[in-house]
Amino acid sequence: MSMIQEVDYGTPRSTSETLVTLEVDGVEVSVPQGTMLMRAAVDAGVMIPKLCATDSLEPFGSCRLCLVEIEGRKGYPASCTTPAEAGMKVRTQSPKLADLRRGVMELYISDHPLDCLTCPTNGNCELQTQAGVVGLREVRYGFEGANHFAEAKDESNPYFTYDPSKCIVCNRCVRACEETQGTFALTISGRGFESRVSPGQSQPFMESECVSCGACVNACPTATLTEKTIVAMGQADHSVITTCAYCGVGCGFKAEMKGNEVVRMVPWKDGRANEGHACVKGRFAWGYATHKDRMLKPMIRAKITDPWQEVSWDEALNHAAGEFRRIQAKYGRDSIGAINSSRCTNEETYLVQKLVRAAFGNNNIDTCARVCHSPTGYGLKQTLGESAGTQTFSSVDHADVILVIGANPTDAHPVFASRLKKRVRQGAKLIVVDPRTIELVSSPHIKADYHLKLRPGTNVAVVTAMAHVIVTEGLLDEAFIAERCEAKAFTEWREFVARPANSPEATEAATGVPAADLRAATRLYATGVDGHKNAAIYYGLGVTEHSQGSTTVIGIANLAMATGNVGREGVGVNPLRGQNNVQGSCDMGSFPHELPGYRHVSDTTTRNLFEQHWGVTLQSEPGLRIPNMFEAAHDGSFKGLYCQGEDIVQSDPNTQHVTEAMMAMECVVVQDIFLNETAKYAHVFLPGASFLEKDGTFTNAERRISRVTKVMPPKCGKADWEVTVALANALGYAMHYDHPSQIMDEIASLTPTFTGVSYAKIEQLGSIQWPCNDKAPEGTPTMHVDGFVRGKGKFIITQYVPTDEKVTRKYPLLLTTGRILSQYNVGAQTRRTENVQFYGEDILELHSHDAEERGINNGDWVGIESRAGQTVLRATISERMQPGVVYTTFHFPESGANVITTDNSDWATNCPEYKVTAVQVMPVAQPSEWQKSYQRFNTEQLALAQGSAAPAPASRANASVTAG
Amino acid sequence: MNIDNLVKMANQIGTFFEAEPDRDQALADIAGHIKRSWEPRMRRGLLDHIDRDSGGGVQVKDIVIESVRVHRESLQQGTQPAGTKQAH
Repeated sequence: MSMIQEVDYGTPRSTSETLVTLEVDGVEVSVPQGTMLMRAAVDAGVMIPKLCATDSLEPFGSCRLCLVEIEGRKGYPASCTTPAEAGMKVRTQSPKLADLRRGVMELYISDHPLDCLTCPTNGNCELQTQAGVVGLREVRYGFEGANHFAEAKDESNPYFTYDPSKCIVCNRCVRACEETQGTFALTISGRGFESRVSPGQSQPFMESECVSCGACVNACPTATLTEKTIVAMGQADHSVITTCAYCGVGCGFKAEMKGNEVVRMVPWKDGRANEGHACVKGRFAWGYATHKDRMLKPMIRAKITDPWQEVSWDEALNHAAGEFRRIQAKYGRDSIGAINSSRCTNEETYLVQKLVRAAFGNNNIDTCARVCHSPTGYGLKQTLGESAGTQTFSSVDHADVILVIGANPTDAHPVFASRLKKRVRQGAKLIVVDPRTIELVSSPHIKADYHLKLRPGTNVAVVTAMAHVIVTEGLLDEAFIAERCEAKAFTEWREFVARPANSPEATEAATGVPAADLRAATRLYATGVDGHKNAAIYYGLGVTEHSQGSTTVIGIANLAMATGNVGREGVGVNPLRGQNNVQGSCDMGSFPHELPGYRHVSDTTTRNLFEQHWGVTLQSEPGLRIPNMFEAAHDGSFKGLYCQGEDIVQSDPNTQHVTEAMMAMECVVVQDIFLNETAKYAHVFLPGASFLEKDGTFTNAERRISRVTKVMPPKCGKADWEVTVALANALGYAMHYDHPSQIMDEIASLTPTFTGVSYAKIEQLGSIQWPCNDKAPEGTPTMHVDGFVRGKGKFIITQYVPTDEKVTRKYPLLLTTGRILSQYNVGAQTRRTENVQFYGEDILELHSHDAEERGINNGDWVGIESRAGQTVLRATISERMQPGVVYTTFHFPESGANVITTDNSDWATNCPEYKVTAVQVMPVAQPSEWQKSYQRFNTEQLALAQGSAAPAPASRANASVTAG
Repeated sequence: MNIDNLVKMANQIGTFFEAEPDRDQALADIAGHIKRSWEPRMRRGLLDHIDRDSGGGVQVKDIVIESVRVHRESLQQGTQPAGTKQAH
């Protein structure tokens, strides 16, 4: 294996369709108009020396190393800033050019420590390489003069060092922070010799606005900005392409390896989702994969108050299978089920649902999309015909108006946020609909044209009021609707939204959004800017996690159809998926009512297809969803669960209700890389494999199927798919696969939208956006181009219904929950990395008005009480909040954020209403009763995992829980 | 299954489809949604509750009751207990 080397073309690709032909060193080459000479030269096979240029950044023209000669022109223009023109004859090598370049390089090297042999980037340093290329042989100025050699390193960031002595002030890091990331945390301070890279106002990196995305480190041509792992371990000996296991952006990475150890993760330039960019999680927070907390041995126990006993794989799997069969014999076929994970691969989620349907003999399979984007699946299927987003991420480059609803991409989907912000800096208009003043509303060089700061729980009223404006102000795209949508449904919808009750003025009191702002924002969305009409909607869990989540998704699709913003680049309906493989796990039939490819279990033709292939009879009735499983456990009809890679005890709402359900079951089998919160209620523990330890695929929010590649053997001996295969076999249902590619082949053979997908094709194309079949052999970047998947688009009426979570005198505030940049979901991964330096505990954000009324100061402990429960967090007073609304994250189990959230859920899908909980907040002096109880229980369970008896009488786990 | 939760869910579904101008279609859509997304024991729980007309707890919306009446056969189909001995 070798290192993957990507070509650096020096300057960005031009998108012009007009070609110009020129000569470079006598070689004729045709390039798109606007291409710089440096890039044209690469196309001609000529690498011009460079330092300040790299193809991810706009040309800067500062290093003067890339000078060329152009026939008929005077002087020596910089090839990075000179556009190619037809008929040009360019010379890149001449004695004069060689002299000039050597002279420039001599100046650089005169202020550079010549410690190459002990430098962490020795052999992988552009300065070193270019010094060799230009043939520098001496530095006539000597090294005794003023220099920067003694400047101290900034090692404040946990992941990279800044060594100013190595800096050549090429500005690549500054430009990467601006152009690639869009944070503007870096600048060059001082002038002339004093010029140095400055985070913030000459602060250490950790005190600056830096978000640790690593773009500066990637861009640095020397050892100035270097990963600490490179400093500690040295450079890699080989690299492998794989896909990040964090959010739904699904960034491509090069895992740079030394044997079986990861040295660093470098964003893959050819990864279509990220195009060489990354965030602090994917780029740096992968250390959890080798954390000491990894559980590597199968374990069993009869009761959750018993010590865990390490056993062989065979014993654990046979025990689990025996228990499942015993429970089914006693309580019925439908008394067991499984939950699979959006953090696992497509192949693994496919196998778990297959195991449930074929080996358990029921449809009790669900996935964590239940608690995030299940309303997306429902709403988009009903209106457009397919349960998926309509665009590629790069489509935003063509958007003229961007409407962001209930999403906070700078924290939850940072790499896409960088792309979005870049488009806004280029001039696209931005509308943000969010209860909080999120970063997109106002940040460096970004200011939303409208921020509709609605009250939590009123999305449907806002979206329907926008539809009202479109209909009553004559902003409909009548031609699009007439051609593409169902006429009767449209007529009914138009009559509904036009009612005065749906006007912005009528809904203002409920939503808190000034009618004039809503009208103006809607006009902008519907009409665009100066005849440029591409308007794109991006939304997230702030839309779906409501009692009317599905209704809002439907309302969003209505808006897009009403304005003709579907079916081309720059427009569309784009759900920003939470976890890496939410889209994929849904595609793979992980819902209890759908077989792979979103085909209902009652569809006889589809069932027959799977029955023939799997050799079993399948059930035609839907199975239990996750919250239904808990309900059934409470009433005694659901007794066994196989939970792969999910932590339902921490992530699902109303924790007490969930844990009681767990304790009511007789056999809980948890498969995970850590002893997560759910595992503390389990009877069988099966160790999991990290994304670095297995082959497979993930499907991101743009339907892009990308390879996950095994870069090291599974630490526990088996990849997750192998464990599911072994469990199926132990249950008496034969499964046999030698490699996940065979599982994908089976998926492709049974799923019309995947028929063209194979590992070989993914390898060939880099990644594939489904549908990929005979009609679209290379995949489908944009959906619904000539017609909707369901035929005609369907407008559906969206009646606003206020949530049951109403503020009262007892619970006068609304709590909404979310994520922050450095932590991920339940935090199981990111809490076990240095990311805790950025965010070490969940905090409660509240407005100064609410704080003052309650006598709360920054950093105070506050009790948060809802109808479901109480917990205690530290308070942060923040003007991001509106009065009456408080906010927290759910990344740390001891916080108990979901002790407070309720059982309220979306009407169509049971997606929990995490985003609206009525609460009271008051200063307190000690943790809540739940937190004290959790602390005791956690201590007991950690002791039991060490094989010792619990140190104290079981507290919450003292129910009579046996495995039979 | 907790009947109050089932009734609440059914009422939410009823409320969504109640906005449709065509009442027959709304009745069909309510039943259709429950049929296509509720596991049989949940449907059985709702049907039994409506049959008992208990009057206590959360009240079932009229439109849901009507939908169940009109489309009872479809909703009932497949709700017979499966497997061997049942929990209750």
